[in-house]
Amino acid sequence: MSVIANHVFKALADPTRRAIFEGLTRDGEQTVHALTRRAGISQPAVSKHLTVLKRAKLVGHRREGRETHYRARPDALAPLVDWMAMYGAFWRDRFDRLESLLERIDK
Amino acid sequence: MTDTAAVRSVVVEREMAHRPEKVWRALTEGQLIEQWLMANDFQPVAGHRFTLRTSPVPGWNGIIECEVLVVEPNTRLAYSWGTMGMESAVTWTLTPTAGGTHLRMEQSGFKPDQEANYKGATYGWRRFIGNMERVLGELD
Repeated sequence: MSVIANHVFKALADPTRRAIFEGLTRDGEQTVHALTRRAGISQPAVSKHLTVLKRAKLVGHRREGRETHYRARPDALAPLVDWMAMYGAFWRDRFDRLESLLERIDK
Repeated sequence: MTDTAAVRSVVVEREMAHRPEKVWRALTEGQLIEQWLMANDFQPVAGHRFTLRTSPVPGWNGIIECEVLVVEPNTRLAYSWGTMGMESAVTWTLTPTAGGTHLRMEQSGFKPDQEANYKGATYGWRRFIGNMERVLGELD
C-alpha cells in the first residue's frame, strides 16, 4: 500500500476527522474558527486534526489576511475507491458461485 | 452523522431464477454459505458474531469478522464485515419476481478501523482477488 493511501486510511480512522472532512465536503470552504465552533473541541485540537488531513491530501488550504481557509479535496479518496473496486470484483465472482450453487441444490 | 467515506457503497444485483426461499437458504445455511462464499460459523440470529475464513495470503490472515445485524426471513439479511482494518456492512435484499428473485447486495459504510494497522492490508486483499481472477481466467 502506498504511503499516501496509508495516510488517507489513518486520517479517516478518527471520527472527529471524518466529521471535519464531511463538513468541508458538504458545506465548502471554512476557516479554522468556523470548524472549531462546529467540532466542539479546542482550536489546537482542530488544527492538529487538519494537519493529519492535509498530510493525507484530503484537505487543502489558503491564507486570506489572518485567517486560513480549508477546503475538502475528495479526489484524495482514490485509495478508498480502489478498495471498493476490488470488493466489486470479489462480489461479482461470489454471485457467480451462488448462482451455480442454486442450480445444484433442490427446492 | 453523514460521512462521505461511509455513504460510498458497492452494489451488485442479479436476477436469480430461483424462489426467494431457496436463495435465502443459500445465504443463511452455514454449509451452503461455505460453498459459495467462505467457511463460516454463521447463525441467522441478530447479534450473533461469526467469522468467514479463507486461506491466508501474504499480508492478509484470510479472516473476516462479522456480526449479524438484520434477519428478515426471505427478505433481508445484513451483517457487519470487518477485515484488514476496514469496517463495512453487507446487506442482502431479496425481492420476488415473476421469474424468481431479484437479489441485491450492498456493501456500505466503509471506514478504517481505529485499532488497525493498514500497512500491507490492501496488498493481501489484492493478492486474494488476483488469485481468484487468475483461477477464473483459467476456466475460460
